[in-house]
This record gives sequence, structure tokens and C-alpha cells, in this order.
Amino acid sequence: MTHDEKLIQRLAEKAKIIRRDAVEMIWAGELGWIGGSFSQADIIAALMFHQMKHDPKNPDWEDRDRLIVSKAHCCETVYAALGESGYFSKELYKSYGKMGATLQAHTERIVPGIEYSGGSLGQGLSFALGEALAARIDAQKDSSGHPIPRYRVYCIIGDGESNEGQIWEAVMAALHYKVDNLVAILDHNKFQSSGTVEERMNMMPWVDKWKAFNWDTVEIDGHDFEAILTALENADKVKGKPHIIIAHTTKCKGVPSFEHKNLHFCKLSDEMYAEALEALK
Amino acid sequence: MKRNYVLEPLGEMKAMYQAYHEEIVELSRKNGEIVLLYGDFPRGAAGELFQKEHPDRIYDVGIAEANLITTAAGLAGGGYLPFTHCHSIFAVGRAYNQIRQNVAFDKLNVKIVLCNSGMLWPFMGGSHQIIEEIAAMRVIPNLVLVSPSDPASTKKVTRAIAEHVGPVALRISNPAVPTVYRDDFPFELGKAVTLIDGGDAAIISTGMVLADALEATDMLAKEGIKVRLLDMHTIKPIDAEAITKAARETGAIVTVEDSSIIGGLGGAVAEIVAENAPVPMKRVGIKDRFGQSGTIPELKEEYELTARHIAQAVRESVKKK
Repeated sequence: MTHDEKLIQRLAEKAKIIRRDAVEMIWAGELGWIGGSFSQADIIAALMFHQMKHDPKNPDWEDRDRLIVSKAHCCETVYAALGESGYFSKELYKSYGKMGATLQAHTERIVPGIEYSGGSLGQGLSFALGEALAARIDAQKDSSGHPIPRYRVYCIIGDGESNEGQIWEAVMAALHYKVDNLVAILDHNKFQSSGTVEERMNMMPWVDKWKAFNWDTVEIDGHDFEAILTALENADKVKGKPHIIIAHTTKCKGVPSFEHKNLHFCKLSDEMYAEALEALK
Repeated sequence: MKRNYVLEPLGEMKAMYQAYHEEIVELSRKNGEIVLLYGDFPRGAAGELFQKEHPDRIYDVGIAEANLITTAAGLAGGGYLPFTHCHSIFAVGRAYNQIRQNVAFDKLNVKIVLCNSGMLWPFMGGSHQIIEEIAAMRVIPNLVLVSPSDPASTKKVTRAIAEHVGPVALRISNPAVPTVYRDDFPFELGKAVTLIDGGDAAIISTGMVLADALEATDMLAKEGIKVRLLDMHTIKPIDAEAITKAARETGAIVTVEDSSIIGGLGGAVAEIVAENAPVPMKRVGIKDRFGQSGTIPELKEEYELTARHIAQAVRESVKKK
């Protein structure tokens, strides 16, 4: 399946905007999670600016699709996507991470459009499971009596985060309840806080693990919009099981000189700030 | 001493978990938002009835308490009213961060039923008897903590927390306990019930040891000590007004709980008394020890929770006035 080139271009442009706005946030906040925020940025752009049904004017619309970013420290590109969508004024970016700010250093539900208050890793997939189950209660049923979920739930999890046992509790339960309106996306950027995923806790083979739990499993390049969109659309077609998109990504993707460095939680120097903005022009 | 709202003699023996479930089934017939989640936990006959009536609103996530609590939070995010069920020791002990972060932090409308709460769980031993829950739960902002004392108050508490919008933890003890209250007793979250209105000392009790506290007041009445008895069914928000009034008017306070006195009801009451109306206090409860196997009478004796121990604590506190 191929997608309209204009759509791909538009999403690439949106991804550039949210990375750029995230740089401004991290600059204003004087700290931030640029690495993981940038590795997930293309996935977030594809979800928020194309795949998901949502309404910035009505953030509490009951039947909206949900985005749960379980790796909630990577909040800057999430906030930027919400601001770009029109959930709130971009003026809020200036107070990111400061005392009394709406945009706290980890996502919180007080922010219009944020579904989940994270910060404690490994929990978002369970929360997404609960939201996905809720979509099936009071839902219409198909001809064979299965509920037609009122909305879909997308959940971005991290590779380092997958060390947490609760991720696998949720994986087990989502299959048990055949929650096919739940799509998890693994932002597989190969780094965690203090080193590479391979050296901290090697969880290879990733694909086999998810397949062993009998999830609908696909492996893609998480910076290829064609691949992202196709995977998201295919997830809608497979019924009776939850979906995992294992997205190979690059930490800090978008600023070439930062890529493949573990800029996990950092302050931007004057030079880095200028370099990032130049790369994202 | 005149007793308010108390059945004389005490009524039917029933497990609080059964009373809770009977009330939930009643409520669920009118409230379509109620969903029940279990962590490989028995539902009892009433829970099975719920399963029959609402098969699409009941889940069991297996032996996975962390996922149990956070999945419930997600269901609340989706607009439903989830009640979770697992052993208190594993909800509080294994899913503490999930209760704090996924439920209380966002004031999500999740009701966490702390099953087999407290020290008074026969046979199971120290790995299962929780002493820490009151201390651990009451320090979490936004979270209401309730601790009914008998089947009748369990039903009223269940109804009240279903109506209250926001996170609640509900202590439910294991053994069958006598029905203390008449059905018509007034119940309001956050307001202690005054069962006896004495002026020499006040016993402030929470949970299933209320019947023992009642028995202690009889023993003391025979000695001429007129004791006020308060049932502190809501531990948070605590009824500071009733505690302060009791301290001022009686001059001696004894707390009774089947939980650790460190940070438990004893700690909570001491905080209020020390700040508002310092008077002599004694705390009856678990004194910095783990539990062990035993029958309920044996456990009460070993951990000094009998009416005799409560009465002795009152005598000592009155002496210090």
C-alpha cells in the first residue's frame, strides 16, 4: 500500500514543527528529554495529524481515540503535537517545567489532550488496556455478538521501559481479553537512561517475545511514514488480538549531530540549541 | 450506658466482604457505570450474581496486582466506576505506586477494596496479615480511606463511596463479624459515629474491633468509668472536630485498631490531639510486629486487642489525667 505523497510530506513537516517546538520547550525549561522525545516524534505526528480521531475543541469527547504515552518523560513532542493541533496556546511552551506551569516535566492529565499522567514507567500499557476495555462496554455489537469498540487506544512504550514487569502483566491480560482496539507502539531507540538497552538489560529477541504472547506483531522503521501509516492501518484490520508495532527508531532523530548519542535527559548549551534549530529549519 | 444505634443483643454474624458484594449487586442494578475487577480473587455468591447480570462489566486480570490497579484507572479514564479486589497486603504492598500514581494523583474514580484487611485474618500468618495499610494509605493525597466495622456499616460505606466521586480505599476484614448497627444509623463519610456519649474518657475505634471496644465500655461502666465511644469509619478525611471535642470533653483518649499504631488510627488521632487539645492517650493496636498464624481469639490475645486490653488502656489513660 502506498500513501499520497502530499500526506507524507505534510506529516514530515508536522514532525519537524513538533521537534522544533520541543527544542524551544527544552531551551525554555533548561532541561528536557530530547533523545526519547525525538525518537517517537514521527510516530506521534502520524497518529495525531492523521490516524487518530480527536477534536482539539472538545478534548473530553467520549469517543475520541486515545494516545497514552507510557514513556511520559518524553513529553515535549507530545505537548508540541497538542499545541500544534490547537489544544492550547503555544505560549504555554515558555513555562514548560517551571513552577506552577501547566506543562509539567512529565505528562499530566490536567493538560488538555493528555490522557495519562506518567512518570512511573511500565504502567501506561495497563492504563491503555483499561481505556480500551471501557470502549467495549456499552458498545454496539457486530453480527456475531462481539462489541464494536467506540474508540481505539494507542500506547507508546519504551524499550528500556519494557524492563518493567507490569508491561508484561498488561500484555498477558490484553490478549486474554482479546483487546483488538489496543495498539502498542514500541519506540525501540536502543538506549535507556544510563546506557544502551543491550548493555543494561538485553531483551533480545523483541519480536519473538511479542509473538510468543500471541500479539499481532509487526516490525517497522519508526521514521518511515509510509511504514508507520501502513502498520497503523493494518492494525485496524486484524481482529481478536491486540497489536504491537515494534518501531526501530534513533534517539535524537532529526538533529544529525545528536543522533546515536544517548542524550537522554539534558540541558541544551547555546551551541546545541543553535545546532538543533538549524537542523530543523 | 445508653447506646446509640446499636443492636441489643448484637445481630447476625456475616463476613464484611459478603455484605459489600450484596450492596454492590444492588447498586449495579441502578448504576451502569460500575465495573468489577479481580486479581484472581474469589467473588462469592453475590459476585457471581453480578457476573450473571453484567457479564461485560467484570474482569479478572489474574495474579497481577499492579496491572489490576492501573487497568482500573484506565477504565475510570474511560468513564466507568471500577472497584478492584485483591488481598490488601498485595494491593498496598505490591501496587502502592499504582495506587499513588495512576489513581490518586489524578483523582480518578477508582474504588480499591482492600480485602482481608488488617491483622485479624486467621490461619494465614504474617505474610498475609497487613499491619501497614492505614499508615501507607492515609499519607497519599486525594485518597479517601474508609474502614467499616460490621456488615451494616459496610453496606452504608459501600453505597457512600460509590456516590463519592474520587479515589477511595476500603478496608474489608476477613472474618464473619457480628452486626453492631441498627439499619437506621446515620452515616456520612468523614463524620465519626458516637455510639456512647460518656465523659470520663473516649475510645476511638476503627474497623472490626468495634465490637470489642463496645464490650470494654461495659466492663468500664461497671467500675463507674463512663466512656465515650466513637466509630472512626472514615480514617481520611478524619473527623478532627469529633476527636478534638472528645479530647476536650473527656480528657483521655484511647484508639483501637487491628493495624499498626505507627501511623495508623493511633497515629492519626495523636496528630489531631497533640495539635488541638493535648490530653493523655493510649494506642491499642499492633505494636511494631509482624503477624502470625492463629485463630481470631488467639490473635486478639497475643496482639493485645481484646476488650480486656482496651479496658486496661482506658484505665491507664484516665489515671494520667
